[in-house]
Amino acid sequence: MDEKTLIAKRVALELMDGDLVNLGIGLPTLVARYVPAGRHVFFQSENGIVGMSGPITGAENHDLTDAGGSPISALPGAASFDSAFSFGLIRGGHLDVTVLGGLQIDREGRLANWMVPGKMVPGMGGAMDLVTGARRVIVAMQHSAKGEAKIVERCALPLTSVRRVDLVVTDLAVIEPTDAGLVLKETAPGVTVEQVIANTGCELIIAPGLRSMPIEG
Amino acid sequence: MKNKLISLEDAVARIPDGASLLIGGFMAVGGPNRLVDELIRQGKHDLTIIANDTARPNNGLGKLVVEKLVRRVVTSHIGLNPETQKQMIAGDIEVELVPQGTLAERIRAGGVGLGGVLTPTGVGTTVEEGKRKVEIDGVTYLLEMPIKADFALVAAKQADLYGNLTYALTARNFNPLMAMAGATVIAEAEDILPVGCIPPDAVMTPSVLVDYIVAATPR
Repeated sequence: MDEKTLIAKRVALELMDGDLVNLGIGLPTLVARYVPAGRHVFFQSENGIVGMSGPITGAENHDLTDAGGSPISALPGAASFDSAFSFGLIRGGHLDVTVLGGLQIDREGRLANWMVPGKMVPGMGGAMDLVTGARRVIVAMQHSAKGEAKIVERCALPLTSVRRVDLVVTDLAVIEPTDAGLVLKETAPGVTVEQVIANTGCELIIAPGLRSMPIEG
Repeated sequence: MKNKLISLEDAVARIPDGASLLIGGFMAVGGPNRLVDELIRQGKHDLTIIANDTARPNNGLGKLVVEKLVRRVVTSHIGLNPETQKQMIAGDIEVELVPQGTLAERIRAGGVGLGGVLTPTGVGTTVEEGKRKVEIDGVTYLLEMPIKADFALVAAKQADLYGNLTYALTARNFNPLMAMAGATVIAEAEDILPVGCIPPDAVMTPSVLVDYIVAATPR
């Protein structure tokens, strides 16, 4: 299993029956493929739909895309609406979970994921509203980038929100930000605690019940 | 009553250089793409564009940026249009980046006569710079100002000849909000229908907001 699949499968275990979920562009979109059997999850796209399918090919409708502009379909029971309503769902506490990519996470669990000054200034899109307003924020990302830790003492990159995220899922570990700091709760299959620590740029608290990610090969 | 259905050329001729334009659409889905092409053909320049994103260089309002017709843009995302980023870094275009939900509410506020919006989005980030903060029941909010513009260019699925509009699926996005916030509203519609064909409950933008209608495909 490649790293992205592992991350997506682990995040998917966090989605509960009936949840309204918004998946960010990129790695997070993979999560939709691995929703555990028996759980019905409603996916929102912030451009104005609840009840979207994943990306489709064939039978495209030019009036129906996800937030990245890829054609989707509306599943039976779907609803569409304007942008103010869509962000009302997000900001108003109606969105159960958002899954977003990350560039950096600091020791207080704060996320930076929208720009690299001087290099990449795409704009925040809906990310700031999602992190501020979702009931639960899950960050899905590679643990490090080109050998550099992405989980750090303080974010060097501009923050997306001062809100503490709820869970960080990487190719090496599952980490829960808490009042006391970042708690290492799970390690990926075949990964040791020492490896996680070596790839992390700040202190980790080892959870008493530390376990291996409940993911089968 | 005046006839609101006019030609594409006439509609765009009413827009002066330097005008501020609210332009509907999300990655050009639900965008008034024929009006945009006509702005380019007529060479309207020094425009201020308020839109969710600047699309891609080869579609929707992204082409306005490529043609260097835009002086200032207020938007949430420019990541898929490298030309916007390039002109921003070169100082040729002024870009105000606004969180998407905040952009929607600022436009809504402009259209419905509110003096601003209090949102928790952006507190403690670079977005709060220069903005007033208000604390209510222990929660800090940013005061975000309303947005209005000289024109709103919106895309509709259907228009009747009075100008009642419907939108389809995710092509709705910013269109109904913008139709309230433009001093002059031009709607580009795929289907143009006799009055009475759109049931009242199906109307998403009432005709009283719409000044001109153009056809989305040449007639």
